[in-house]
Amino acid sequence: MKEILTAKPGDKLYLLGNEAAVRGALENRISVASTYPGTPSSEIGDVFYEIAGEAGVYFEFSTNEKVALEVAASAAVSGLRSFVWMKHVGLNVAADSFMSLAYTGVRAGMIVLTADDPSMFSSQNEQDNRWYARLGNVPLIEPSNPQEMKDLMGYAFEVSEKFGLPVLMRTTTRVSHMRGVVDMGSVNVGSKIGHFVSDPTTLVPLPANAYKAHKRVVEKLQAVQEFANKSEWNRVIDKGGNLGIIASGPTYNYAMDIVKENNLKVKILKLTLTYPFPEGLVLDFLKSIDSVLIAEEVDPIMEKEVYSLLGKYGVNKKVYGKLDGTLPMVYEYSPDILKNALSKAIGVKLPGKALLSTDLTLPARPPVFCPGCPHRGMYDAVEKVVKELCIDAVFPSDIGCYTLGYMPPFHKADYLLSMGSSIGTGSGLSKFSGKRVISFIGDSTFFHAGIPALINAVHNNDTMTVMILDNRITAMTGGQPNPGMAMEGKKEISIEAIVRAIGVNFLTTVNPYNIKASHEAIKEALSTEGVSVVISRQPCVLIVPKKKVTFMVDPQKCTGCKICINEIACPAMFVREDGKVVVDEMLCNGCGVCVQLCPEKAIIVRR
Amino acid sequence: MKTYSIYIAGVGGQGVVKTSMVLGKACVKKGVNIVMSEIHGMSQRGGSVPAEIKIGDALNPVIENGGTDLLISFEPAEALRAINKCSNQTIAIINKSPIIPFTVSLGISQYLNPEEYISELKSKLKKVVVLDAESIAKESGNILSLNMVMLGASAAVTDFPVGKEYLIEAMKESLPEKAIEANLKAFESGYELSHKEL
Repeated sequence: MKEILTAKPGDKLYLLGNEAAVRGALENRISVASTYPGTPSSEIGDVFYEIAGEAGVYFEFSTNEKVALEVAASAAVSGLRSFVWMKHVGLNVAADSFMSLAYTGVRAGMIVLTADDPSMFSSQNEQDNRWYARLGNVPLIEPSNPQEMKDLMGYAFEVSEKFGLPVLMRTTTRVSHMRGVVDMGSVNVGSKIGHFVSDPTTLVPLPANAYKAHKRVVEKLQAVQEFANKSEWNRVIDKGGNLGIIASGPTYNYAMDIVKENNLKVKILKLTLTYPFPEGLVLDFLKSIDSVLIAEEVDPIMEKEVYSLLGKYGVNKKVYGKLDGTLPMVYEYSPDILKNALSKAIGVKLPGKALLSTDLTLPARPPVFCPGCPHRGMYDAVEKVVKELCIDAVFPSDIGCYTLGYMPPFHKADYLLSMGSSIGTGSGLSKFSGKRVISFIGDSTFFHAGIPALINAVHNNDTMTVMILDNRITAMTGGQPNPGMAMEGKKEISIEAIVRAIGVNFLTTVNPYNIKASHEAIKEALSTEGVSVVISRQPCVLIVPKKKVTFMVDPQKCTGCKICINEIACPAMFVREDGKVVVDEMLCNGCGVCVQLCPEKAIIVRR
Repeated sequence: MKTYSIYIAGVGGQGVVKTSMVLGKACVKKGVNIVMSEIHGMSQRGGSVPAEIKIGDALNPVIENGGTDLLISFEPAEALRAINKCSNQTIAIINKSPIIPFTVSLGISQYLNPEEYISELKSKLKKVVVLDAESIAKESGNILSLNMVMLGASAAVTDFPVGKEYLIEAMKESLPEKAIEANLKAFESGYELSHKEL
């Protein structure tokens, strides 16, 4: 990772789009960088975390995306270039402040990167954050590959500074997690000390100021539109013919490859600075062709812009896209989807390979708690107590590894909306569902958005139990630090102190590897009126590997009852052909939870 | 150059991404272009983790259905799961040891005899090389070198666009120093075995 900082001009590195963005920032006078981790944006933070100190850049993992955006904005109004990034749904969290950014403006370049997740590889929805550019009145830039992610950082800073507006950079999973060969330029990092000049009429959007600011923003956007018409990043690749393709982001790659492979005569308009929509450029392009295919993910945003242009100027062209059913309204595109759409637009079926398929049954392989994951034992303990006390429970869940509590055999996720929602919905469900609420949330998510909801529940005298699964890391996104961790130069925040200060009726902390202690703790929490909190504390096994010993099954003692497998479904355990269980030595992380479950005491330390 | 498409199939934690990193570095050394698409996040927790790679002039790394030249699979069922990306022109290098998902242990999903998955692929693809990469890795001195066994075996394929020398150089730069000897041994064993079979 170090080479992202140390590579020399002219070097070529094989980088993820996200990694290339970091290099782009380093080459373009970045001063301040902040984020809250979220797939598919997380690797940007992983790289900064590693190199920021050496590079002389201020970097932090903030408590949530809104705070991260505010930290970056404060740098930008102090005259320092700043960069904040998040996954698409993170921008919802940051939206309250984001919506005022264009009004107050920036004094140095500011880039807000949103990593969207079409097809939802790691997300709860596939919202198209290009809408946020329109909603927040900010210019929008869409890179197509890692090289562009690097090069567009400098361009985005320039656009931001030229117009005094933050710039929204939108990637998707296929761009952020695309790896490619990237040419390096020179590193040129900005100063960490800025200078804030007070100007409340601009920077404090109280109604009278906001009233004037909105008009100013609209004028700025008109100027950006003129600029976008002439941007070198919005360009036509003319291969002749009467069909046009308008593409942005990863769909440009698909379109170009198909056109080249099939030697098609089409004109491609690659749009990169896509909002404000470059009307003049697009209108000229439309006039040069008979029909146009719009290739964009996920919503038909540019397509509607094109229809609007055609109507406004009374031009009649055939438009192929989502709205006429040529392309799907949901999910990411693939080369095959775009090839079919192009076949329809040119009226000729483009050749493809003979397709292969199989009738054999394949095993389902959904994601699962890792072997040795501390959450596994806690879910098992909750299940047992709920059964023992004959409780009719509902389990609001949250965003993080414990979302996997949804999977069999646990089935402990009944409702999920967003980061922190397990406690907010739990507070509501405790009054409206007729069931006993047991919410699951992680340490990082608790800091991020759980605290206000816990205050709400306590304040409203709700009866619910909150299980805070504290694995001492932000795990699902690859292991980023959070405020609950002791780190050099940072102050550790105690979850217990927060929970106690809010005034819950019951609080205890247990080690989830100890099934009996966990059992007792949950039992007591569920017997308490009001809000009770159980903190399940044990570091993530990927971050702090356990494995002092591994376990094995004594085949003489194993009766094949499968209690271990049916209760915790550890991926390190398998059933042999004779019905007995075996533990895979490689996979076992030595947590010992299975040992406590076996009624025959057949699981023993491997010698 | 003609685009060469490689689909790497495996399960989270098997070293799929690392393999592609070595391959990518080797391409940079040789001066050929490479693009790849990989999966991070939730699916990495024991789920299927495919990586799609194109070497050559392609802009987009995602392989069209039937477009795979070389399928490298770290696991038999994951190899067959990639069948729609393959054609009768595809060559496959497959590690024979299965990783049984928890859904099978729980009885809500079925894992057939791995031999069945492999013979299904043999009947449909151009050529299938099956290796016991796990044993080879163990013999080489480091079970974690399984991915380099697979890379070595792939390098023996006739059309493979990057030579051994570039791959070995890239391995030396990408892998932890103390593991290099075992990994080089693993790579060579994979290469030899596959070379004989092809």
